[in-house]
Amino acid sequence: MLRILSGTLGLLMLAHSAVSNAALSIEIIGAGEHQIPIALVPMGGDEKLGAQINDVVTSDLTRSGLFRIVDSAGKSPHETADVNFNDWQLRGADALGIGNVSVQNGRIEARFRLLDVVKHDQLLGEAVSASDSQMRAVGHRIADLIYEKLTGDKGVFSTRIAYVNRQPKSYSLIVADSDGYNDQVVLKQREPIMSPAWSPDGKSMAYVSFETGHAAVFVQSLLSNRRRAVADFPGSNSAPAWSPDGKQLAIVMTHDGSSQIYLINPDGTGLRRISFSGAIDTEPNFSPDGQSILFTSDQGGSPQIYQMPASGGAPQRLTFASGNSFSPRYSPDGKSFVFANLTGGQFYIAVQDLQNGQMQTLTEGGWERKPSFAPNGKIILFASEARGRGILATVSSDGRVQQHMFTQSGDAREPVWGPQP
Amino acid sequence: MKKLVISIVLLNLLAACASQKPKEAAAPAPAPAPVAKAAPAAPAQTAVDPLNDPHSILAGRSTYYPFDVSVVQAADKPLVEAHAKYLSQHPDRKVRLEGNCDERGSAEYNLGLGQRRADGVMKMLEAGGAKASQLSAISYGKEKPRALGHNEAAWAQNRRTDIDYMQ
Repeated sequence: MLRILSGTLGLLMLAHSAVSNAALSIEIIGAGEHQIPIALVPMGGDEKLGAQINDVVTSDLTRSGLFRIVDSAGKSPHETADVNFNDWQLRGADALGIGNVSVQNGRIEARFRLLDVVKHDQLLGEAVSASDSQMRAVGHRIADLIYEKLTGDKGVFSTRIAYVNRQPKSYSLIVADSDGYNDQVVLKQREPIMSPAWSPDGKSMAYVSFETGHAAVFVQSLLSNRRRAVADFPGSNSAPAWSPDGKQLAIVMTHDGSSQIYLINPDGTGLRRISFSGAIDTEPNFSPDGQSILFTSDQGGSPQIYQMPASGGAPQRLTFASGNSFSPRYSPDGKSFVFANLTGGQFYIAVQDLQNGQMQTLTEGGWERKPSFAPNGKIILFASEARGRGILATVSSDGRVQQHMFTQSGDAREPVWGPQP
Repeated sequence: MKKLVISIVLLNLLAACASQKPKEAAAPAPAPAPVAKAAPAAPAQTAVDPLNDPHSILAGRSTYYPFDVSVVQAADKPLVEAHAKYLSQHPDRKVRLEGNCDERGSAEYNLGLGQRRADGVMKMLEAGGAKASQLSAISYGKEKPRALGHNEAAWAQNRRTDIDYMQ
């Protein structure tokens, strides 16, 4: 339906419906240690479109906690020649974003510049183009460019997330932009859905569904929606994790006695057991180099985090802190891992350095579970609870900035951050 | 175990007679009468499946556990043994053991724990005379809580294995 709409009017209607239909509403708590003051002038040309894109960029940068938006009211330069740098310096901005946008032949064409207010210099000059239904994607792309230029880290505003929305009588697997917009239902059913896992290319999703009466692992294409049961053996089949090359899944099955880790090809062939503890070994996660697997196990008496070679072999226990630990995931650089720690009746999100074993708790505690890193390693997405509902939350990897994302209804759970597009 | 089953049968017989002769049935003097009565009552006894008798131990269909424990507790053993005996006497009946957990722990760990609880009951049923072909075990982990709330009262309800007779 959206494709039928065209031109400025269509874009305006799209933007309004997107606002009122936002799947998640977001609250931000805390701020980064060093916020970069930046002024963003809504792009000229198609001014309505420019204002909409500006809203997306502003909201992305604000959510990161690393930027302070300087008021640009009363000034609207769109070309470098029109910029009076002293004005912006007086307003306290270090950087200034300007540009022009138009719609041509059904495509948004944006020319964006990022200027250094102090040095009177151009930091970035980029053309961003997308179909006219992709206004938000243009905004996310510009926000990514600004973020990368000014922080040195890759932006993740153009990435997607997946989560499960639980309603009283249904479960939906949802894929959405990282800010919760453009949410799409991948699967909706009465029986529980758990543990969504993005393929490394972002084109498929593995997950656990109870539709056959027990936990079974499915893989579904996000392009064609075609799906297949990869593991549907008696007992429970669960916890799918993709190898970095996308050629294998680590899964957990109980048909040999207890929850143990297996490797299997995404087409269901090549099943091979790699853990032999006889305890509960679950929640496998491949290291970025594909050589190791982190997992949760109670082989030492209580659930803790272990690591083993991806081909199988002796596991090594990694967590020794108080309480129980669950749901480990490597950081994108492979140097640390994030996990959920249950101590004194509260769940905390924590990271641990793989080299020195040092653990850092990032959150204040509550019902905080199932953490996963953004592809740049700077933000961690996790499941939490607020006002009696399951919500999604993020925390910056230094613990300073948190966001709470509320679904319109039902409980949001089992979130996972997708790969770079 | 035999003793247990016999006492259940006796209880059922007593219950059947109770409405008519609550006290006299136990008296030794009119012994032939109850026996004579019991004989025609026998078909009725087989017609009433003890599984449907709310006073039977078989009316209990759940075992309960402490936190992070999957071994069948002593208090629940008579229940599981009674179901094992029933299943051995009714080879056409099938049960599905459904393990559940409280919400503490990750969804996946709880799925494993619930499976271990269900498997534990399944093994005990098999040891008690049920055939493997009558039994299956699954886990719902913490996905289908019977009671909601972040408190021990709710958690205690949710740490259980349900013995579900298939129709």
